[in-house]
Amino acid sequence: MEVNWLIILDFIPQLLKGAQVTVHITVVGLLGGVVVGAIAGLMRAYGNAVINAIAFTYIEVIRGTPIVVQVMFLYFALPVLASIRIDPMTTAILAIIINAGAYIAEIVRGAVLSISKGLTEAGLAIGLPRWKVIRYIVGPLAFRRLIPPLGNQFIVSLKDTSLFIVIGVGELTRTGQEIMAANFRAVEIWTAVAVMYLIMTGLLSLMLRMVEKRMRIL
Amino acid sequence: MTEPIIEFRNVSKHFGALKVLDEVDLQIHRGEVVVLVGPSGSGKSTLLRCINGLEKITGGDLIVNGMSVLGGNKVMREIRQEAGMVFQQFNLFPQMTALENVAFGPREVRGLSRKDARDLARELLAKVGLADKANHEPMELSGGQQQRVAIARALAIKPRVMLFDEPTSALDPELKQEVLNVMRALAAEGMTMVVVTHEMGFAKQVGTRLIFMEHGKIAVDGTPRDVIDNPPNDRMKDFLQHV
Ligand SMILES: Nc1ncnc2c1ncn2[C@@H]1O[C@H](COP(=O)(O)OP(=O)(O)OP(=O)(O)O)[C@@H](O)[C@H]1O
Ligand SMILES: [Mg+2]
Repeated sequence: MEVNWLIILDFIPQLLKGAQVTVHITVVGLLGGVVVGAIAGLMRAYGNAVINAIAFTYIEVIRGTPIVVQVMFLYFALPVLASIRIDPMTTAILAIIINAGAYIAEIVRGAVLSISKGLTEAGLAIGLPRWKVIRYIVGPLAFRRLIPPLGNQFIVSLKDTSLFIVIGVGELTRTGQEIMAANFRAVEIWTAVAVMYLIMTGLLSLMLRMVEKRMRIL
Repeated sequence: MTEPIIEFRNVSKHFGALKVLDEVDLQIHRGEVVVLVGPSGSGKSTLLRCINGLEKITGGDLIVNGMSVLGGNKVMREIRQEAGMVFQQFNLFPQMTALENVAFGPREVRGLSRKDARDLARELLAKVGLADKANHEPMELSGGQQQRVAIARALAIKPRVMLFDEPTSALDPELKQEVLNVMRALAAEGMTMVVVTHEMGFAKQVGTRLIFMEHGKIAVDGTPRDVIDNPPNDRMKDFLQHV
C-alpha cells in the first residue's frame, strides 16, 4: 500500500473528536489533580505525624505502581470490592486526578520546603497566623517555583490519557486505533495522531511559558 | 519594683533527649537592655526564641507582658505582637519592597488601613535612615540596609520588647555600625531589648545588663562593664578572649 498523506484529511474530523476527549480528560483531571496535589502536598509539608503519614502513603502507593494498573484497579477491581461501578470516562478522569495528584503533591511539598524556614519564622514573629504566612508569604514564593515542574507533570498527564485505550475511552489514541483497524493506513494515521499530540503538548508548553514569564521566577 | 515584662519561671527546653535550656529563672524589666553572650550551642538563640514561641518550652512557664507562652495559639500571637524579633539572616519577604515588608504587619496583624500602614512604614523607614529605599526590593539592598528594614518591620507592630538574635553577625564589619547605631537609638528611646551579640563594645556602651550562658544555664548575670572588665569565672574570661 502506497503512503498517501491526503487520506488524513478524511479522518481529521474523527481525530479532532478524539482529541477533544483527550483535552476534556486532561483538563478536568488536572484541575482535580492540582486540588488533590495541593492538599496532599500541604499535608506533607505542614501536617502532624498522622496527617503526614496519610499523605505519604497515598503518594507512595501511586508513585510506586504503574498508571495502567491504577486504571485497571479503578475500573475492574473497585466494582468487586466496593460495588462502585463507574463508566470509562469517569474512570479516566478519576485516574488522572489520583495519579497526577500524587506527583503534584511531591512538587508542592518540594516547592514549599524550598522556601527558607526563616521567612516563615519572620512571618510568625510579627504575629501573623500560620495560614496568612502560607497564603501571603510562602505560597506566592512557592508558586513561582512550582510552575516549571508542574508544567512537566501536565504534559506527562496529557500523554498518559492515551492509555485509557485499555478501558475503551474514545480519546485520540483509541480513535487512531479504530481508524487504523478499518483501513490499515498505519503510517498516515499514526503520524497524524502523533502530530495532534505534539500540537496539544506544544500549546500547553507555550501557555506555561507565558505564565512563567508573567510570574518572573524568583 | 514593677512587674517584669519577661519572666522565665524554671524554664526548660529539650530537643529530644538534648536539654538546651536547664531550669532557667530570669526576670527582665521595662527599659532594660539585656545582652546575651555565651559559647556556641549554649542556648542563647533558644532562650530568645522561647520568648516569642518560635520554640516551645518543655518545662516551667514563661510570662511575657502578663501572658503565658503556654496559653495557646491566640495568646501566642498576642505575645508576638508585644515582642518583635530581628534575625541574623534578615529574612525580609523577597516578593515585597522595603515599604511593603514594613507595612505588611500593621495591615495584616494590627488591622490598619492600607494608607495608614504605608504611612507608618514610611515613617519607620525614615527612622532607620532608609526613606529613599522604600520602593527597593530586598535583593537591591545591602545587608546592613536589609537588616535596618527588618528592624523597621519588627517595630511596625508596635512591640514593647525587641529581641535581636545576632543581628550583625552576617554583616561585613563596615556595615555592622549602621545597624548598631539604629539599635543604640532604640535603646536611647527606652525600648526594652534582649540582644544576642558578640559586639562587646555595644554591650558595654548600650547594655544595662549582661548575661553569660553556658550549657543552657545562666552562668553570669551582671552589669556589662563589671563582668566584661572583671569576669567572675575562668570560662567567661576564656570566652571573652575569643570574641
Ligand atoms: N531545632 C533543633 N533541633 C534540635 N536541636 C537543636 C535545634 N535548635 C537548636 N538545637 C540545639 O540546641 C543547642 C542550643 O542551640 P542554640 O541555637 O540555642 O545555641 P546558641 O547559643 O544560639 O549558639 P550559636 O552561638 O551557635 O548561635 C545546640 O546544641 C543546638 O544544636
Ligand atoms: Mg544562636
